Amino acid sequence: MREVGIIGVGMTRFKEHWDSSLRDLFVEAALKALDDAKVPMIDSIYVGSMSSGLFVEQEHIGPMFAEYLGVKNVPAIRVESACASGALAFRLGYIEVASGLSDIVLVSGVEKMTDCEDPTSALAAAADVECEAFFGATFPALYALIAKAHMDRYGTTREQLAAVSVKNHKNGLKNPDAQFQREISLDAVLNSVMIADPLTILQCSPISDGAAAIILGPLDMVRKMTDKVVKITGSGVATDTIALHSRKDVTSLDAVKLSAERAYKMANRKPKDINVCEVHDCFSIAELVTIEELGFVEKGKSGQFVVEGNTEIDGKIPINTSGGLKSKGHPVGATGIAQIIEIHKQLTGNAGERQVKDAKIGMAQNMGGTGASSVVHIMEVV
Amino acid sequence: MSSPKIWRQRIERYRLLGQKCKGCGKVYFPKRLVCPECGGRDFGEESMPETGKIVTYTTVYVGPKFMENDTPYVVAIIEFANGVRVTTQVVDVSPEEVSAGKEVKFVFRKLKDEGKTGVIVYGYKAQLV
Repeated sequence: MREVGIIGVGMTRFKEHWDSSLRDLFVEAALKALDDAKVPMIDSIYVGSMSSGLFVEQEHIGPMFAEYLGVKNVPAIRVESACASGALAFRLGYIEVASGLSDIVLVSGVEKMTDCEDPTSALAAAADVECEAFFGATFPALYALIAKAHMDRYGTTREQLAAVSVKNHKNGLKNPDAQFQREISLDAVLNSVMIADPLTILQCSPISDGAAAIILGPLDMVRKMTDKVVKITGSGVATDTIALHSRKDVTSLDAVKLSAERAYKMANRKPKDINVCEVHDCFSIAELVTIEELGFVEKGKSGQFVVEGNTEIDGKIPINTSGGLKSKGHPVGATGIAQIIEIHKQLTGNAGERQVKDAKIGMAQNMGGTGASSVVHIMEVV
Repeated sequence: MSSPKIWRQRIERYRLLGQKCKGCGKVYFPKRLVCPECGGRDFGEESMPETGKIVTYTTVYVGPKFMENDTPYVVAIIEFANGVRVTTQVVDVSPEEVSAGKEVKFVFRKLKDEGKTGVIVYGYKAQLV
């Protein structure tokens, strides 16, 4: 396999884009990435989208995007793994470049959610529709089931859960691409509208529109085209049961743990080597369980770990410097790509006010459903 | 909603019937074609017990469109007495009365309807014992 690196990146701001369509969002992000990479042509496109069908009733978006980007006739493949669609598109593009089949590949993700009348039901399609969603288990409800069990077993508190949102909003304030650029207090999080107990609305990622794109190429080419070379050193994917209730332990996310182990092994790295990490905080509890599964903190101790400041920008392991899904926004298919863009910004010293000092090795973790799929990438400055 | 789909699901939704793998003895609900534990494809029919206990639960205040008139409602993961787990609502109860470990029994209830002239979908929900 060839070594692969990042040539350029681009994204729309994540927000409610009332004036942009699904295709507008994709093209805006893709053009930004192409302009950043300064490449004349691309060999293929991968685009992650959870459900363009349910959100805007458009399928077959690969060729549509190729045409609207002005690169008609190139292979264009849509990838779906619910909320992990973006990172999975990245992985497939990575494999295509690594294999030598293509040199320059555009990997991207997009979602247009605000045109949909019932996004809660569309999102519920990432769970087991017949055995969970049909009985009234929404996504917040499923993560609330995890949260309740985590509280029962480990003594995790409502305040610890809320602290995740407070930290992520503090980071999002420093990210011009974030949907919500404002701080929120612990009281505001705890006293906001209850969605599914114990998760209040300020612990749930929002409905967002947005797109993100990255240009990948063989490392030899990347070395000639960029000043600071970022190489993909680890890529891991794992799956788990589609229904949360089918897992032995509802406080664990085995796919997250396995995908991370695979990425660590490939990169020959350990949790302590990671300088900065983006995780899939679709709900506050998801960030807590995920940092346990990634090996940054012992099982059951994540709440206290966050409250002590270990996951802040200047902490032991900065988590979600971009603001995370909570503050940056969560246009589902775009999220996995945007997480990798944040790590790229951190590794190239382009993260502005939220820059982590001397970040050399970064990780991005993106998951689908209640952790039925998880994709982890490790990137390094070489 | 498609009537054939509702008819197809009568086995689990109306009869609480699952299956037992003839290879390793593991019980599944609803039915599937391959045993994920041992790879076996040979199963015998198995009735689910009518009782179980709450593993974890939540009270949902914002539901999907088809349940917006039902909020707040309690959703729980319930473990049948034979170890099989399902997700369903706990009904006829106020959220304060629910806690992990409590015993429930399964009851036959309406899940969804298509309006005045459409199909009504029934299935299982749980009640505190």
